[in-house]
Amino acid sequence: MTAPMLNLRGTWAIYKFEMARFKRTLWQSLATPILTTVLYFIVFGSAIGSRIGDIDQVNYGAFIVPGLILLTVFTQSLNNASFGIYMPRFSGTIYEILSAPVSTTELVLAYVGAAATKSVLLGLIILATAQLFVDLHIGQPVWMLAYLVMVAFAFSLAGFIIGIWAEGFEALQFIPMLVVTPLTFLGGVFYSIDMLPEIWQTISLFNPIIYIVSGFRYFFFGSGDVSVWVSLASLIGFIVICLGIVSWIVRTGHRLKT
Amino acid sequence: MTALLSIENLDKRYAGGLHALKSVDLDIERGEIFALLGPNGAGKTTLINIVCGIVTPTSGHVTVDGRDTVREFRWTRRHTGLVPQELFTDMFETVHDTVSFSRGLFGLAPDPDHIERVLRDLSLWDKRDSPIMTLSGGMKRRVLIAKALAHEPKLLFLDEPTAGVDVELRRDMWRMIEKLRGTGVTIVLTTHYIEEAERMADRVGVIRRGEIILVEETDSLMKKLGRKHLSLHLEHPMSELPASLNDWTLTLADRGRRLDYSFAADEEHSCVPVLLKRLQAEGIEFTNLNTRQSTLEEIFVDLVHEDDDVHEEAG
Repeated sequence: MTAPMLNLRGTWAIYKFEMARFKRTLWQSLATPILTTVLYFIVFGSAIGSRIGDIDQVNYGAFIVPGLILLTVFTQSLNNASFGIYMPRFSGTIYEILSAPVSTTELVLAYVGAAATKSVLLGLIILATAQLFVDLHIGQPVWMLAYLVMVAFAFSLAGFIIGIWAEGFEALQFIPMLVVTPLTFLGGVFYSIDMLPEIWQTISLFNPIIYIVSGFRYFFFGSGDVSVWVSLASLIGFIVICLGIVSWIVRTGHRLKT
Repeated sequence: MTALLSIENLDKRYAGGLHALKSVDLDIERGEIFALLGPNGAGKTTLINIVCGIVTPTSGHVTVDGRDTVREFRWTRRHTGLVPQELFTDMFETVHDTVSFSRGLFGLAPDPDHIERVLRDLSLWDKRDSPIMTLSGGMKRRVLIAKALAHEPKLLFLDEPTAGVDVELRRDMWRMIEKLRGTGVTIVLTTHYIEEAERMADRVGVIRRGEIILVEETDSLMKKLGRKHLSLHLEHPMSELPASLNDWTLTLADRGRRLDYSFAADEEHSCVPVLLKRLQAEGIEFTNLNTRQSTLEEIFVDLVHEDDDVHEEAG
């Protein structure tokens, strides 16, 4: 009897396990990002946004929607993927995953796939919620969805790396809270970089989040802070870097095996 | 019998410098229960974890049923089960879900009948819908066993399965191990309860400081290394033994009222009748006699201490 080349059932089992964790905490998983987004719409969309004019012929309330979706997708992808792989390391249940006929590549696919699925779902829910507050027309919905999936995949890969790197819960939160969130807020979620003084426009171009948010906004409104090709190249570059690190983890078993 | 598990020249040196396994060679025969004994830190868990794919060896290789555990890891892991020493369980999953997860993880199609059978055998069926965090330590241990059996392994590692469990569960576990042996599962057991190994194992291996120092059939080990102890309750207390008995390793105890004699288990038939005749010839009479065989635990302790002594002398 020969073993199959791929353990699809094993990969599916991990994926389902991770999705079951999402279901167990469904209210918490959904309520927090939705409530936060609603608050952003009330504060920035209605209260402050009503005093701000259109940006690139787009109503300010609608303008912030792509950025708000990505704000959630970034943090949820990072948190879900890092927590997903860190918890079995922390609790010791990783022994079962490592002793199973699952390759490390399948393991990465399962954890990253589950985390990306969750954040894409949340992104779409936020998009639906936004439709209740603003009149939103998506210029290229298929591309927008494909881009959203790529972003979720990229940040879930990054989350997986954080989950492998972290040696404690504090470290798990360090990059999402202290690096990604500030960069996202300064990454053109609530404004176009054209609205900034020139020096800050130049500084902003060193923020990689600018490129990712701009690309996503392009597929909504047909315009962005930078060329959509630059955005796509940046996102693909980020994915390639993450895949490089993950493949090194796969090859060496770094912090997975002793 | 042919070896199901074959370990050749296995060496493990951890990054911190600890040399956990030193050129270990070991064959585990198909269908046997093998007890791997050794003090804490001897390398038992490292050895098991390498076979299961959790730890990467520094050198050497391992085959399960003739297949290399690295090149053909999907096949070997599919047929190997592990019950770890620590109670590593998810907290929020239910018993049924976590055991079903294990079956899927090892690449098998769902089989509710098999899962039910495993849960019933381990008295977990009534708890199937309970979250694992609500279970006692003993029940969690059963869950770990159920998870290891969910994918019907040919080779099962039980790493101290009865550590910290009550007597009832320990007996249940012995029954389960006997039952598994009946179905042809090969079992490698590590335990601190040597009585457990003595009771169940076909063969015993002793590992010390990363080296296998002995592998022997349990019965044969008891005969070869075991000691028997004969105690004679004397009719008349003695202050000292006659010089004519100096060539026997006899000792007086209980203020001269008891004569003790210790001898190798396989010398019983040759030496005891001779000793009794000698005592009769010396006019030493006794009212009662007791014999006792040394346990595997005593043999194990002797072996480990003997090895310590050798190390100390070498040092």
